[in-house]
Amino acid sequence: MAQFMSLHDAVARYLQDGATVAMEGFTHLIPFAAGHEIIRQEKRGLTLIRMTPDILYDQLIGAGCAEKLIFSWGGNPGVGSLHRLRDAVERGFPRKLEIFEHSHAAMACAYEAGAAGLPLAVLRGYIGSDLPKVNSQIRFIECPFTGERLAAVPAVRPDVSIVHAQRADRKGNVLVSGIVGVQKEAVLAARHSIVTVEEIVDDLQADANACVIPGWAITAIAEVKGGAAPSYAHGYYPRNNSFYKEWDAISRDRDTFNDWLQQNVYNAGGQA
Amino acid sequence: MTLQYTSSEMMTVTAARALSNGMTCFVGIGLPSEAANLARLTHAPDVTLIYESGTLQTKPDILPLSIGDGELCEQALTTVAVPEMFRYWLQGGHIDVGFLGTAQIDKYANLNTTLIGDYQSPKVRLPGGGGAPEIASNAREVFITLKHSPRAFVEAVDFITTLGYGRDGKGRDGVPNIGRGPTKVITDLCVMAPDAETRELTVVSLHPGVTQEQVREATGWPVRFADELALTPEPSAEELAILRDLKARTAEHHAKPISQEAAQ
Repeated sequence: MAQFMSLHDAVARYLQDGATVAMEGFTHLIPFAAGHEIIRQEKRGLTLIRMTPDILYDQLIGAGCAEKLIFSWGGNPGVGSLHRLRDAVERGFPRKLEIFEHSHAAMACAYEAGAAGLPLAVLRGYIGSDLPKVNSQIRFIECPFTGERLAAVPAVRPDVSIVHAQRADRKGNVLVSGIVGVQKEAVLAARHSIVTVEEIVDDLQADANACVIPGWAITAIAEVKGGAAPSYAHGYYPRNNSFYKEWDAISRDRDTFNDWLQQNVYNAGGQA
Repeated sequence: MTLQYTSSEMMTVTAARALSNGMTCFVGIGLPSEAANLARLTHAPDVTLIYESGTLQTKPDILPLSIGDGELCEQALTTVAVPEMFRYWLQGGHIDVGFLGTAQIDKYANLNTTLIGDYQSPKVRLPGGGGAPEIASNAREVFITLKHSPRAFVEAVDFITTLGYGRDGKGRDGVPNIGRGPTKVITDLCVMAPDAETRELTVVSLHPGVTQEQVREATGWPVRFADELALTPEPSAEELAILRDLKARTAEHHAKPISQEAAQ
């Protein structure tokens, strides 16, 4: 059964330097509070996995936490580039970032394969794309039944997956509603999982077909109100689109970024 | 009376008209999303819009800023997990048209959203492929919309993120289980389509007031024009009114400040 603990303790206990970490959320329910806790604890050498590394991963990369990135679309949605990511890829600042680049379809399949305990995912993908030329994780196999050439990618098996969700009940069962992304797959694919939730309640009030991740499939749960902001939590608060736009200017300049980080992450304290 | 409209509006309206009522469309964010929703609000009320965040048959009242905006989910028939979206709905063969934008396109309609320059030391690092590589191969056909400029329309893309017709125009020949590929490219100057034999993008329709010279200057290869070059029909007053209304309420919505407690 999931253990209830503070976000600080969950990150300190389960996330070691050099770990492979997936923080998911497809625009929705992005675990910002947990990412900031990782920055505050100055974790280093991480391999970060995420379909859509956006502002949160820009912050982790800019803070020097990451060594590798496995991803399929790295931008600030609706705004433009991630400047800390670009600085790391184009100029090796604050350190060189090794990237393994996929398509969304492949990443989604790779998470599913991880959750299913398989070593690889197979998809009708990457036809005619140059991506297989630059990513050794993309290979091709022949279907043993039809002979069709299909793409294969290794399953995603993170040491730790972190997601944010609306609610957990007192037994640790978690409700995810709205855009559910690959959150469930990320949790089930990982050795350890940390779920931050808006609130802990007596009754989840989940519809019959709601996405509920049972407590016995989760390692740790921490209650963090507003834990997905400036992204959003369906039914709780909207996406702060203005901050996403402001991020462009904050992240463009190394000093401006460092000041922002100092003020809003290192000095923000987090939860004990 | 002659209507006043911008070249962007001309592009969006023309792109919207490319979608037929009843089609199932996998929608990219930005210009394709604007066009697809205009189609839904005008001549194609029963077009089915699908976004890669998992929202199936959505009818957003405002244009999403990002692919995973809450609006898309709230207005959808249902929302599925991302693996299901790509595996069942796209790869499973349920999509008539993939509607994509891009940073760079070449004369064989290959798309580059990965980088400018060399992969190991790029001049400009772009966001990457996202859903496009498989949308372009698994949808029955592909429409592309982007603004015309020599930087965007290049002879050969620096990197093929997403297959058009390959480096030689033959990239889809003999490949099993693949869609037809790009059939229309709609810009602010013209409409292009692949040549039936060579697959090279050729101008098939010029927008009103646009000259062949203007298209040549904005295209990074010696662009060809169809023998029977059409004149793109102008936007109607109704289309312009609906588009402007959609953009105005979108701008108003995205400019709205968020309360401090929610923003932190």
